[in-house]
Amino acid sequence: MKPAAFDYARPKEWSEAVKLVGAGARAGAGTQSLGPLLNLRLSQPSTIADLRHLPNYAGVIVAGGVLRIGAGTTHAAIEDGAVPGRIGEIMAAVARRIAYRPVRNRGTIGGSLAHADPAADWVAVLPALGGTAIAFGPNGERRLPLTGFVLGIFETALAPDELLRAVEVPVLPATAKWGHWKFCRKVGEFSKATACVLSVPGAKPRAVLAALDGPPLVIEDASALLADPVREASRVVATVEGLSPWRRSVAETALRHAVEGAA
Amino acid sequence: MTASSDGLGVGASLRRKEDARFLHGQGRFVGDITRPGMLEVAFLRSPVAHARLRGVTKPAGAEKRVFTLDDLPGMGTIRANSALPGFRVSEQPALAKDKLRHVGELIAACVAESRAAAEDLAAGCELDYETLPAISDMRTATAPGAALLHEHWSMNAFLETRRDDDVSGLDAIAAAKVTRTLKTSRQSMAPLEGRGVLAEWDPRLEQMIVTTSTQMPHVTKSGLADCLGLDEGQVRIVSPDVGGGFGYKGILLPEEIVCATLARKLGRPVRWLEDRFEQLSASANCREHHYVLTAWAAKDGKLLGVECEAIVDAGAYSSYPFGACLEAAQVGSILPGPYVLPLLRCHTVSACTNKPPILPYRGVARTGVCYAMETTLDALARKLKITPQAIRFANLVPPEAMPYRNLVGKVFDSGDYPESLRRAEKAIDIASVRKRQAAGETVGVGFATFCEQGAHGTSVYHAWGIPFVPGYEQSSVRLTPDGVLEVRVGVHNHGQGMETTLSQVAHEVLGIHPDRVRVVHGDTALTPYSTGTWGSRAGVMAGGAVAEACRQLSVRVAAIGAALLQVAKDDVVVEDGKVRRKDGDSSVSIADVARTWYRAPQNLPPDVDKGGLEITAGYRPDPDTGTHSYAAHAVVARVDTDTGEVVLEDYVIVEDGGKLLNPMIVDGQVLGGLAQGIGTALYEEMPYDADGQPLAATLADYLLPGSTDVPDVRLEHMETLSPWTTFGQKGIGESGAIGPPGAIVNAINDALARIGAEVMDLPATPERVLAAIHACRK
Repeated sequence: MKPAAFDYARPKEWSEAVKLVGAGARAGAGTQSLGPLLNLRLSQPSTIADLRHLPNYAGVIVAGGVLRIGAGTTHAAIEDGAVPGRIGEIMAAVARRIAYRPVRNRGTIGGSLAHADPAADWVAVLPALGGTAIAFGPNGERRLPLTGFVLGIFETALAPDELLRAVEVPVLPATAKWGHWKFCRKVGEFSKATACVLSVPGAKPRAVLAALDGPPLVIEDASALLADPVREASRVVATVEGLSPWRRSVAETALRHAVEGAA
Repeated sequence: MTASSDGLGVGASLRRKEDARFLHGQGRFVGDITRPGMLEVAFLRSPVAHARLRGVTKPAGAEKRVFTLDDLPGMGTIRANSALPGFRVSEQPALAKDKLRHVGELIAACVAESRAAAEDLAAGCELDYETLPAISDMRTATAPGAALLHEHWSMNAFLETRRDDDVSGLDAIAAAKVTRTLKTSRQSMAPLEGRGVLAEWDPRLEQMIVTTSTQMPHVTKSGLADCLGLDEGQVRIVSPDVGGGFGYKGILLPEEIVCATLARKLGRPVRWLEDRFEQLSASANCREHHYVLTAWAAKDGKLLGVECEAIVDAGAYSSYPFGACLEAAQVGSILPGPYVLPLLRCHTVSACTNKPPILPYRGVARTGVCYAMETTLDALARKLKITPQAIRFANLVPPEAMPYRNLVGKVFDSGDYPESLRRAEKAIDIASVRKRQAAGETVGVGFATFCEQGAHGTSVYHAWGIPFVPGYEQSSVRLTPDGVLEVRVGVHNHGQGMETTLSQVAHEVLGIHPDRVRVVHGDTALTPYSTGTWGSRAGVMAGGAVAEACRQLSVRVAAIGAALLQVAKDDVVVEDGKVRRKDGDSSVSIADVARTWYRAPQNLPPDVDKGGLEITAGYRPDPDTGTHSYAAHAVVARVDTDTGEVVLEDYVIVEDGGKLLNPMIVDGQVLGGLAQGIGTALYEEMPYDADGQPLAATLADYLLPGSTDVPDVRLEHMETLSPWTTFGQKGIGESGAIGPPGAIVNAINDALARIGAEVMDLPATPERVLAAIHACRK
């Protein structure tokens, strides 16, 4: 199928982009999710605002113990080492397993997060890393915690007239331990269960269970999970409603493997 | 029959001639072809599975760009009959008349300058219909009280077949009896290129020229002429590069009829290109079988009899030309497989449901039947406490029995079936699997053995009474004045490497370098009639026809060459592209012979054959009941008991395709088939809900195996010649897709045996595997 007709806008300034979105335009980044939706005519926006020409849209800036990653930074750039340090290693390993390289070449971290498909990789991983989403609206920047950014299926904390401009993640010590496990029917497919565990010396371990039918489940203190993964994984998964026995089993497995990875 | 001493002929792993254009993006598919003034078509399709159609309201102002059946009078309905007794034939209108019988059925054609604009028109149409209860499950389709798809029928079935051997005494004498209920899922064969049609009316020739992605151009021509009310001289089918067929392109399309009718009515070329959404949601079409299978065996594993109740979901219409019952009605004849089976009782139903019509997919019914039989054999072996190899050795037709006629009358031409299994058994590391099992690992080994009837001809197909019967396959060969050989065939090449193998065949006979052989196919105006490429027939049939035409041409070439050499005809041979004196070194090239015929006829001998250097010859093997290639598949699979994931660790195929015309191409055929077989075994499934809505309308939902999902298979070949074919070659194109589901699920079930779990339904998704495990833990 071919998309229904739409107007194409290429804003040069963030304020212009926000105005377009506020007026009902659909934001387009790498269009790896939006493209198929347009082609299937599941999405029929009157205007698409192509964000790719905005200033500081992509790229990574390190300042004050925080890494600011432009929303337009592609998965491929992250895979290829755009993010420095220990957290860069972690993110590169995650990026490497997002879909296929052609998708990673165009798909962006901000686009994926703002699209908020529950099975998407950054939706699962960023809340585990901690940090902040930088929204930009008519009144300038607004900071939102990544842990509560995705609210549901295709639903985020962004206001209708806001755009995701960047994500900020902490610089991690080399000793930070990380476990990440996801189950895909085949390489490149969307995950059926994703779990991540981040363990930084001196801080409470944090875990996320995602690719559920709703927002990611963030476990701010995963000490119990690390202490008794089998029992705790089972307890955590039992709190999630609506999972089939198979998905329950896969979700428990994901949590256990993520703990093993962070050991 | 060899005139080649340079190793480029039959049996050489010559690189494929056609690959240069594909690898450089120079292939030409329907989607690459445009015409001045061409219009694009989008179809308004049924959103529901079963309804009475009351009317279509066209978008205001677009009344002349949207065409319903009423706007296009004269289009004939598609009628694919069969002579099998009791067959109910469906009437499939090119555009829906008064009923809608499956989601995706064509209702109206919308025409515009671009596809997007044509889709806008389709989206702007309003449909008025009355929904009827959908028949989405083949098992309830024939139940009393079910709504009828075709209201003049007495039940929702195209055909029932029965074979009634008496198996009532087997309970008393059998050492073991097992019954299994097994199901294979509906699949949507997914060639890289979808279908595509470009129709144009040539007023000078008064001819409808249809460029279409088909594997059977001549059959499409007959069917299309019939539906358009044209004589066959007024229809020309061009099938350019075709990006995969597998049976999906072996059908007369309603879209072809509509596009052709529109092109003539509008006086402009008209094109429709199927997209992936249409392919998946409107054309899902094969492999949905349901079996209740009972088998009895003696203590040593020897089969005493099999009883089978089989239903195949044939969808809403009988598609042209293969019809609706090719799968179900073959179940009974394929069930004995490569085994000696004394008794068979079998009842089959070709159910009619509110789904798109089925088409024969690579392997046709064999993939399902082999799955049912092979998993049941393993269940028997487990019950008898013998190995899966042992039960197969006990039943495989022995080589000394060849040619062997089995209980349903199929004749196996040649081969050593047990040897293929012995080699597979040797190649796969069973000992290590058993050791790992003893250590508690959920790993297993599985086997499947089967044979594949290919290139079956007149004697088999006349009994089906479907719209075509394959007869003598023809090839036309012609030397050009510079000595290039043009080889014209009516089969179509769409991945089989035929432009290469048929060049090798010509080279084998005439010694002309394969680079100087041009294989012409895919145009009914340029090629002799053929039923086309299907049923693993082209290597045997077109291979035989090309060889025969070249042989006859060789006689004429020799006569002219002998005259040029001033010796008697009997004193020369044709080899390595030359006519050579038997008793000396002097020779003339075939190019010299061709130049003489065309440009220097004054030098021809007075008794020259006036037919010249162009010959059409026909070929049919005798008998033409088909070759039987066969194979043993062996696989090691590991099962993750937490997720149900199946990992294929090792895969061995021992295959006997008779003489391999090009062993590298045969490898490619087997590997491609294997990937599709793995799809059937583990991934592919087109589910329908109770309302008859397809639930996997994108490739994110309909999973196809990717390159990383196909293990590094180890392939071994045996080459037992068929006594019936030109070079001893056998049809082998479908084989790879037949064995995997049986072998893989047997490996899974071997792995799960320690838990007591068994997988019955395909595909063996993680969810199904885990459900089988959980069922045993309860």
